[in-house]
Amino acid sequence: MTDFRAAYLEELTNIAPDIDPDTVGDDEHIQDDLELDSMDVLNLVMALHKRFGVDIPEADYPRIATVALATRYLESHVAS
Amino acid sequence: MPSLGADMEAGKLVEWTVQPGDQVSRGDVVAVVETQKGAIEIEIFESGTVHELIAELGAELPVGAPLAVILAEGEAPPAEAPAAPESVQEDMTAQSPAEDITAPPPTPDIAPHAGAGPAASPAARVRAHELGLDLSAIRGSGPGGVIVLADVEVAAPGPARPQARTGGTGSAIDEMRKAIAAAMTRSKQSIPHFYLSETIDVQPAMDYLAALNADRPPPERVLLGALFVRAATRAAAKIKVMNGHFTDGAFRPADRVNPGIAVALRGGGLVAPALMDAQDMTLDQTMSGMRDLVTRARAGRLRSSEMTQGTITISSLGETGAEAMTGVIFPPQVALVGIGAPHRRPWVVGDAVVPRHVVTLTLSADHRVSDGRQVARFISEFETLMSEPEAL
Repeated sequence: MTDFRAAYLEELTNIAPDIDPDTVGDDEHIQDDLELDSMDVLNLVMALHKRFGVDIPEADYPRIATVALATRYLESHVAS
Repeated sequence: MPSLGADMEAGKLVEWTVQPGDQVSRGDVVAVVETQKGAIEIEIFESGTVHELIAELGAELPVGAPLAVILAEGEAPPAEAPAAPESVQEDMTAQSPAEDITAPPPTPDIAPHAGAGPAASPAARVRAHELGLDLSAIRGSGPGGVIVLADVEVAAPGPARPQARTGGTGSAIDEMRKAIAAAMTRSKQSIPHFYLSETIDVQPAMDYLAALNADRPPPERVLLGALFVRAATRAAAKIKVMNGHFTDGAFRPADRVNPGIAVALRGGGLVAPALMDAQDMTLDQTMSGMRDLVTRARAGRLRSSEMTQGTITISSLGETGAEAMTGVIFPPQVALVGIGAPHRRPWVVGDAVVPRHVVTLTLSADHRVSDGRQVARFISEFETLMSEPEAL
């Protein structure tokens, strides 16, 4: 089974290379805590779209805003 | 060494992307220079043949110092110049100009990066600079031997980050902070700023984007910031007294609009590279241009034209955050468009009070060039454009 948590963290740190993936808490918010801006969030959504073919609509952005939320979201939305 | 900003005094040559004998055209990237604002790709401002590279890699050079000799077509090399390398001493430089013109131009048969210092990713380049490492001493593991970030980290001596941060001339962030301080101090000392603000309804724009993006895959989605840039660009094209440079005691309006997009860098600092010729772009082109600028700003790979040819700055606080910002004009420009984050507020529409998303627009303008009436026209134009987002 795909490790969505690791994949998400990898794409996140591609966009923000200064973030140490080992220090990101499961419930840290990518905008409020990790200071991604709207362009970063769109780039993250694009990266996940490219990697998993998942078409995350804007209304679902809050559901990928933390590691814990995103892991759950990807598990339920990516066709295995 | 070109000036890449109002307060740049010197730059460090870190890479040549051409070598003697290469043909170059105006706008080609010929070198990379490390500045306080990161690594900048230097574009050549005339066409011709690279005759000689004068500056040495790694040299810290003052603005105005010669980097290379470019010969225009038919131009003879300067007599006092040292002998050129073998490859260009053949006929093309030894002949008289008259004969040169009839001769076919030499074919550039050299791969773009050959012999021009080690090929390395921008992140690797920045990190190596931070660590004080020489890229040529690092073995590249990327495609074709390109040095990637991981190679630099491997080559780093021990836990090198704190050491590099405290040693020598200070970190890149400290340098950038100094550059910002110098430019903003100069701006406040020389530009008589004045400000006009207006809170405008952006609900139509947000509704328009939500509908537009709902049918689009992520790579084609458009952010509210792109609508702001479109509206500001079109307003600047119309209100010409807000768009241009104040140099040598006079305002020179620009005939095109190159909005400088303020980009916050992670870890601190700010750059405002220009989106060139934005007046001719569609909304989608504006969005992809902004995405490219932000990506390259963060990677430290902007071009010299983008650093110097901005005609007005747009600083948007993004989609969350404070509701207003009064910005400092970036000299030699004469205006800055400050846009707060959208906030949901009670708003009067017709005769009813309804919840709407609004933003506060604050124009910083130069009183040597414009007055309140003209700035008010800019704001009014911007507001009208944002009320009809489908036309942007």
